[in-house]
This record gives sequence, C-alpha cells and structure tokens, in this order.
Amino acid sequence: MKKILINTFLIISLLQTAQAALRVEITKGVEGAMPIAIVPFEQTGKNTQVIARVSDIITSDLKRSGQFSPLDSDKLIARPHKLEDVNYKLWRVAGVDHMVIGSFKVLQKNQYEISFRLLDIFKGTQVLGYQFSATDRSLRSVSHHISDLIYEKITGQKGAFDTKIAYVTSERKQGVQPSYSLQVADTDGYNSLSVLKSTQPIMSPTWSPDGRQLAYVSFEKRKSEIYVQDLYTQQRRKLTSFKGINGAPVWSPDGKKLALTLSKGGNPDIFILDIKTKKMNQLTKHWGIDTEPAWTPDGDELVFTSSRAGKPQIYRVSSNGGQPKRVTFSDSYNASPEVSSDGKTLVFVQGEGNVFKIAKQDLQSGYVELLTDGPLDESPSFAPNGGMILYASTDKYQGVLSAVSSDGRFKQKLVLSEGDVREPTWGPFKR
Amino acid sequence: MTTNKLLSALMLSSLLMACAPENVKDADSSAGSAAQSTDGVQTGGLGGADSTEGSFLSGMTVSFEKDAINDTSNVLIEKTIYFDYDSDQIGADYQTLIAHHGKYLATNSDMRVRLEGHADERGSREYNVALANRRAQSVRRLVLFQGASADQVEVISYGEEKPVALGHDDESWRLNRRVELVYEAR
Repeated sequence: MKKILINTFLIISLLQTAQAALRVEITKGVEGAMPIAIVPFEQTGKNTQVIARVSDIITSDLKRSGQFSPLDSDKLIARPHKLEDVNYKLWRVAGVDHMVIGSFKVLQKNQYEISFRLLDIFKGTQVLGYQFSATDRSLRSVSHHISDLIYEKITGQKGAFDTKIAYVTSERKQGVQPSYSLQVADTDGYNSLSVLKSTQPIMSPTWSPDGRQLAYVSFEKRKSEIYVQDLYTQQRRKLTSFKGINGAPVWSPDGKKLALTLSKGGNPDIFILDIKTKKMNQLTKHWGIDTEPAWTPDGDELVFTSSRAGKPQIYRVSSNGGQPKRVTFSDSYNASPEVSSDGKTLVFVQGEGNVFKIAKQDLQSGYVELLTDGPLDESPSFAPNGGMILYASTDKYQGVLSAVSSDGRFKQKLVLSEGDVREPTWGPFKR
Repeated sequence: MTTNKLLSALMLSSLLMACAPENVKDADSSAGSAAQSTDGVQTGGLGGADSTEGSFLSGMTVSFEKDAINDTSNVLIEKTIYFDYDSDQIGADYQTLIAHHGKYLATNSDMRVRLEGHADERGSREYNVALANRRAQSVRRLVLFQGASADQVEVISYGEEKPVALGHDDESWRLNRRVELVYEAR
C-alpha cells in the first residue's frame, strides 16, 4: 500500500523550490484597523545580503489580516531600536496604539539572531519581547511566527501567519500539452514548493489535521482517483479508485476519516471512509448531485452542496447520516461550503448569472454577507483562526490567489507569475 | 416554399455543416438550423434514426461498419454532445446522433467508448465534476438503450479541468459544456 508511484509524467519532489515571482496587490483598503508602528529592525554584525527583511514580513502579515494598519515606513516620526530610545509621548500624539522595535544580528553567514519587542504606547510599556535564532531557510517562518505572537497579544486570537497553504497551478496554452502542479507555500505565497507534477489534472487538495499529509484528486490514470501524500517522507498512496467520480476529499477533524464524493452507483453521493479500516459508509443518497462535503469543527456534522432542489444549494447532515437540512435559501447558485473553526460561520461561493462571489453566512441567524466582488471567485478556505479567507479569483482572467479578512474589510491578491493558480486550501496550525 | 424546396435547402445547409465543423457548432446554440434538420428528417419520413443502413437526409452516411467512426462522411464522425448551462439534458438534436453511436457499439461488440464529461468554468470545481458526470451518464443511458452493453461504456468526468476553448465568454463556455465520445478497441 505504501508503494511510491513515479512515472514519466509524474514527479514528486519536496526539494525543488520554485521561487516564483510574486506580486502582492492590495485591492481593498481598511478603515478602522488598529494603527501600529513597525520600525525597520536595526541590522548589526557582518554585512551580508539577507534574503528578506523581518520587519517587512511582519508589516505585510499584519496588514493582510485587515486588523492592523501599519504606518508607512516613511511616515515614521522616529526610528528607535532600543526600549530606552522610545518616546511614548511622541507616539501617543501620533495616534499609534502599538509599536514593534527590534534588531537583526548577523552572527555569521546564514546564522542570524532576531529580537523584537511589542510596546503598548498608551500604557507606555513593553507587553511582549522575544529573541530567536534563524537561518536563510527559517527566516521567513520565524518572521511569520513573530507576526503570530504580536497578533495574538493584541487581538487575543491565535495568529495563523506561520502556517502553510496548498494550491494547484496549471499552465495551459492552446495546442500545447498542459502541465499541472500541486504546490505548498507560506501563507503569503512565498517559499512555494511543487509536491506533485502531472500532465493530467490535479484537483481538490485537502490538509490532514496534523498538517503532515495532503489528500487530492489526480487524473494521472485518465480517471479520477484519490491519493494521500506525506509531505515529509514524500510517500503517496492511492486511497480510492472506484468507477466514476472519486472526488472532493476532506479529512475529519480527528484525522481518522475522509469524507468524499463517489458516483459508483451512477450518481454523485457523499461517503465517509474510515482510513484505517477502509470501511466505507454512504452518507447521502439522492438522485440529485451531492458533493463538496466539509466537516463542522466538532466532527458531528457535514455541510455539502446538493442540486436536490434544482440549483446547487448547501445542506447540513449528521455525520451518522439522516435527513439533510437545507442551509442556504437565496435563489442563486450556492456551493463549495466550508465551516469556520468556531463552527459559527459558513463560507461558500454564491453565483448570480455569470458572476460568482465569496459569501459568508451566520449559521445561527442565517444572515448572508458578500465578501468579494467576483466575477469568478471560488474555493474559499478559512485560516485556522478564522480571521481570513483564502480563495481563488481572476486577474485579467489569470487564476490568482486572493485573501479577504473574514469581516470583508481587507482584500489582497497574490499574483504568481506562472500559469493559473486555483483551489487554495489553508493548512492547520503548526503542532 | 414547397416541401421539395425546403428539403433541398435543408440538405444543402446540412451538407455545408458537414464540411465545416465550426458551423455545426455554431448551429447548436441557436437551436435553429440543427433542430430544423431533424425536423426535416421527420417531415421527409425517412426515419433516419431507425435505419441501420442507407442515406441520412443530411447527406451523411449512416453505417455501422467498424471503421465508420473514422469516416468523415459518416454521421459517427461527430463525437461531441453539447449541453446547456447547469444542465444534463440532451437536446433533441443530439438524440439521433447518440442513438447512432449506441447502435454502432451494439453492432461492434469489440469496441469500447469512454464518455468524457466536461463543464464550463463557471461555478465550483467539484460541483462541475458532478455535473459533467451526469452529462456523461445521460449519454450512457441513451447508448445502452440501443443495445450496447454496459461493459463497453466507461464514464469519466473531468469537470471544468479540460476546456477546449480557453476564452471566458459565452462561446467558449458553450464549447466546453460537452461530452466527448472517445472510442477504443477492446
């Protein structure tokens, strides 16, 4: 079962880092976000070219969350690096709530020491301070981790910057053999790594709750099959290869089961597969389309897309089966649901005519709010802290990744230079 | 216009369509000329759909010899069925074509066909896989109705992952909502 399959058109690799050129484009600004001053860190020690500036990474992370409004660095009234150099009164007048100062020390080639302090300007005191060591390889991750610490200290919510995302890219030109790739990257799109390449479509990547494995759909055998791949050992195994559809895999929160779509009975229905025992339970049985399952965080229920009322709508059903209940009621195309980690909010794709937007719905009140403007937005995926939603959109009809804060106030596009990017899925917190 | 004139006009337009596949596709969306030619068959009472041999009114040959699927003058050369948005219903104009393919399979039991279902890019990806699967299943049912056996027919759905037209407009979307019949020798 643990056989590694490698053939001519399929390359698995974790070593190969494709450093794709990346353009970050802020498409919707934010009012009412917390002003924060992030002073460029003091660099000391040996003078070497460093791959990234820590304070820049922190600035872009906090800005992307929609919760913070970092001052432009040319608007900083002073550039202190040490605690004793900070004039709190001055910053209070400037209307800044918090401030980040720090230093970046080059100990020797590829060995750095990073320290930072988070200051509460009104209290006039340090509220957080840490020191880390880093190498070129870990520099971005350490920077995201600092962003997480700052975010959590101020908002009270765990940060999700130092996590991973997965997505699918395709290069497709008229008359040329297309190529598909499954990629894993940092949450800001950097450090992208191709973990699977194929000349046939790859679809629907999904993270195991421990962040070690990805399940996905591959058409490498000219039919859909579900595979599970370990991101560390690079081992992959085929999980299902039934007649018809093998699609939409998604791990249960306890990691023991996989919900998926099969059409072995002729029509697409949702099944639950016990990964260890291989026992398969049919969850839905309807003549309409049932697909795109997603678990509630407690694992007790699933939401899914169904065409049983004509147009696709979202339903919820107990993970033990039973009669599904309809969740979305608007007279439009509602599909591709995901539930937030607190179980309170549903995100999904809502289509009106040819325009598809990301919408969220309060599961208790039923109140629906559109978060994006379309025209072809799809595949919404919550950050593990629920603070942001990653989704696929288009930029002059090139598929790009976008992120929107879950209150809809801040939007950003991550434009990779190579091919179409789609089906982003946000990985879990690091363990 | 007399019946004769109408028939010859239809024959002419159908012949033109046969020579230029692009025109055939254009005709599909309008539900106009393609449907008319079917009406023409019925009016003429030739029962093209039921005859196993002979001349189809469109000027295309209908025969089920093994290599008929590669014969550009045979109706079986057309191997793509197009669909409406978010629909798995087979249009009246395709019922006959699919019936011919079903008869061909029933006649040539050593042939197999892959029914590859596709969708346009609108809507969510896995829903489109499910939708395109249903389109292929719709074609499968009609093929089996003609006596083809179930093990001759394989259904595969690619959803929106393999478009033939890369544009983002009605015309590209129309061309991408399709089921392709891909024949393989057993």
